[in-house]
Amino acid sequence: MADGNERAAERALELAAGAQPDLDLTGIESAVDTGTGRELVPLDRSIPDAESAPGVRRSDVDRWGRSEHFRALTRRAFDPIYKHWFRVEWEGFEQLPEHGGALLVANHAGAIPPDAPSIMHGIEKDLGRPVYGLAENLFRTMPVLGTLWSRSGGVAAHPDNAYRLLHDEDQLVLVFPEGTKGTGKVYADRYRLRRFGRGGFVEIAMRAGAPVIPIAVMGAEETMPILFKSARLAKLTNLPYFPITANMLALGPAGVVAYLPAKFRIRVLPPVSFDVPPNQERYSRSRVMEESEHIRRMVQDALYDMLRKRRSVWFG
Amino acid sequence: MGMRALVTGLSTYWGGRLAQALERRADVDVVVGVDTRDPRTALERTEFVRTDSSHSILSRIVQATQVDTIVHTHLVVDSTRATSRTLHEINVIGTMNLLAAAGAPGSPVRKVVLKSSGLVYGANKTDPYTFREDMTRTGPAHTPVERSLLEVEAFVRDFADDNPHVDVSLLRFANVLGVDIDTPFTAALRRPLVPEIFGFDPRVQFIHEDDVVSALMYAINNDIPGVYNVGADGVLPWSEVCAIVGKRRLALPFAFTNLAAEPARLLRLWDLPPEAMQLLRFGRCIDNTRYKRTGFRYEYTTASTVEAFAQSLRLAGTVGDSRPSYRYEREVEDFFRHSPAVIRPTDA
Repeated sequence: MADGNERAAERALELAAGAQPDLDLTGIESAVDTGTGRELVPLDRSIPDAESAPGVRRSDVDRWGRSEHFRALTRRAFDPIYKHWFRVEWEGFEQLPEHGGALLVANHAGAIPPDAPSIMHGIEKDLGRPVYGLAENLFRTMPVLGTLWSRSGGVAAHPDNAYRLLHDEDQLVLVFPEGTKGTGKVYADRYRLRRFGRGGFVEIAMRAGAPVIPIAVMGAEETMPILFKSARLAKLTNLPYFPITANMLALGPAGVVAYLPAKFRIRVLPPVSFDVPPNQERYSRSRVMEESEHIRRMVQDALYDMLRKRRSVWFG
Repeated sequence: MGMRALVTGLSTYWGGRLAQALERRADVDVVVGVDTRDPRTALERTEFVRTDSSHSILSRIVQATQVDTIVHTHLVVDSTRATSRTLHEINVIGTMNLLAAAGAPGSPVRKVVLKSSGLVYGANKTDPYTFREDMTRTGPAHTPVERSLLEVEAFVRDFADDNPHVDVSLLRFANVLGVDIDTPFTAALRRPLVPEIFGFDPRVQFIHEDDVVSALMYAINNDIPGVYNVGADGVLPWSEVCAIVGKRRLALPFAFTNLAAEPARLLRLWDLPPEAMQLLRFGRCIDNTRYKRTGFRYEYTTASTVEAFAQSLRLAGTVGDSRPSYRYEREVEDFFRHSPAVIRPTDA
C-alpha cells in the first residue's frame, strides 16, 4: 500500500540531501502514476487531473496542507539539531509499521515542545513515511506560523481529521493526549504524565480500526524547563500558558526559542490493538477510559524505566 | 406523460442554464420560469412569468400549470448582490412561499431540487478539514447570507418531513468558478492583484459552472432525496489558485482585515464580503463522496476548474468578452411560442 509513499519520500529525501535544490514536480507525478499505492500527495486517481490536465498543480500541498517539498526543507534544517543537539536515539523503532494507519501516542513536554518535530523527523527520515501531527486549533489562527505548521504536517486535532487520516488514508498520525497540560507543566512536575484528555484518541483509533503505538520521550522536559507561569500574561496574549523558562533566564531573549542540549531518548512501545469492530457510532465510555489509562500507564512506566537508566540529563 | 418543471430565478445565470438544459430534454413537456427581472438567456420554449422577489403568486402558478418538479435556483449566496433585507426576502420568504405552494393540499409537485451553498458550514478555526453532510458548522453564523441559508435549510427539512411523497434534494455547492459567472472570487481573480490575508494560505475548493448545472440536472433526472455536498475533488492552497490563474497577491493585514479591505471595496477593486474573508483565513472543503455514491460524476477537479478558468481568462484577455448578449422582448418571445403562424416541429 505504501509503495508510492516510500518512493515519493525517498525522492524527497534525495531532495533534502541536496540532490536538486529547486522544486521538482516530477516526483509527485510519478507517485500519482504508480496507480497501485497510496501516494504521498493523495491526489485522486479517479480525476482527470493527471491525464487531461498535466502540470496544472503548482505545488505539492496535499489535502491536509502538508507539502513534502517543504517538509524536506524543514528536515534539512532540523537534521543537525536532531543529530548533534538533541542526539536523538530510538529504542524499538522496528515496532513502527511500514504499512497501514497507526496512531502514535506520546508524552508531551517543553515550553515549546521539541518532541513533536523530533518524532516526526526520525520516522520520516528512517521509515520513509510521512507523519501528520495533530495539534491545537490555536495554530490555525496564527499568521505565517500556522501556514508553516500546516505545510510541515500539522493538522488540527479534530476527531474527523484523525479518522480520515487513519482510516481513509492509512497514514501515521502523531497525537499528544496531554495537550497543553503536558507542555505547560512546571519543571518540578517533569515526567509525571497529565491526564490523557478524555480518551478521545482511543475512540478514534477504535473507530478507524488502527492500532495505538505508545511512545515515551525522555529529554524534552529538560530542553526548555518552565520555572513559573503567568496566568495574567497568558490571558493577555491569548496563549494557553505564558511560561518563564530557564532558557530565558540563562540566555535572555534568545532563550525564548533556544533549547538546552538535553539528550533525547525515544522508546517505541508495543502496539495496542483494540478488539472492537470499527466504524461504530459510539464505543463504551468505560472501555475507552480504561484503554486510555492503560496506555498512559505504559508510557509512564516506560519513562520511569528510562529515567532509572539515565546517568546524565545531557549525555544520557 | 413528460415532466412539467418550474425553475425559480430564471433570470439568474443558473436559472437560465437549467431552463436551457430542461428545454433540450424531449421528455420535459413544459418549462415554466419565474423571476423578478427579464430572462437574460435565449430560451426556446420556456414560459416566463414575472413575480415579486418573494414568490407570493407561486401557489397560483403551481396550481395553474400543474408542475411536478420545482428547481429552486433562486437562493442568493453572494451577499454583495443584495442588501440583507432583500436577501432575507428572496431566500427566506421566497423559499417559504415556494415550499408552501409545493406542499399545498392537492399539489401536483413530486420533486423539489434546491441549490444551497457550502456557506452553511461557515469557515472557522475549529472546523474539521472536510465537512460531511451530517456535520454542522462549528461557530455561529454572523453574516446575513449564512443565517438566511440556515433558515432556508431548516424549512426544507421540515418540508421533507411533512411531505414524504415529495423527493427533496438539497445540494450544497462549493464556491463556483467559471468565466460566465460573477462571484466575489471570480471577480477578485480577474483583477491583476488578488487579495490574501497575510500569513494565511487556506485550503479552498471550487466547482466548475458546468458541473453545477449537471449536478442540478442529475438531481432532477434521478430520485435521490436528501442533502448532498457538491464540490470538485481536491483542495488547493489559495496561493496556488492565484499562481495557476497567474495573478500576484496583495496581502491584507491579518487583524482588522475587513476594515483594511474597505478601500479596495470603494475603489471597486474587489468586493469580498465577510464570509469570503473567513474563507480566505480558514478555508473550507466539503466531502463530495455522498453525491458521487449516487452515481454522479464530476467533469472537473478543483485544479482543472481553476485551470479552465485561467484559460478562459486568457482567451477573454485576447479576444474580449465573448459572452452572447441577449435582450428579452416579450412580444417576440410570445410570438414564437404561441402564434398560430409559427410551425413548431414538436406539434407534429
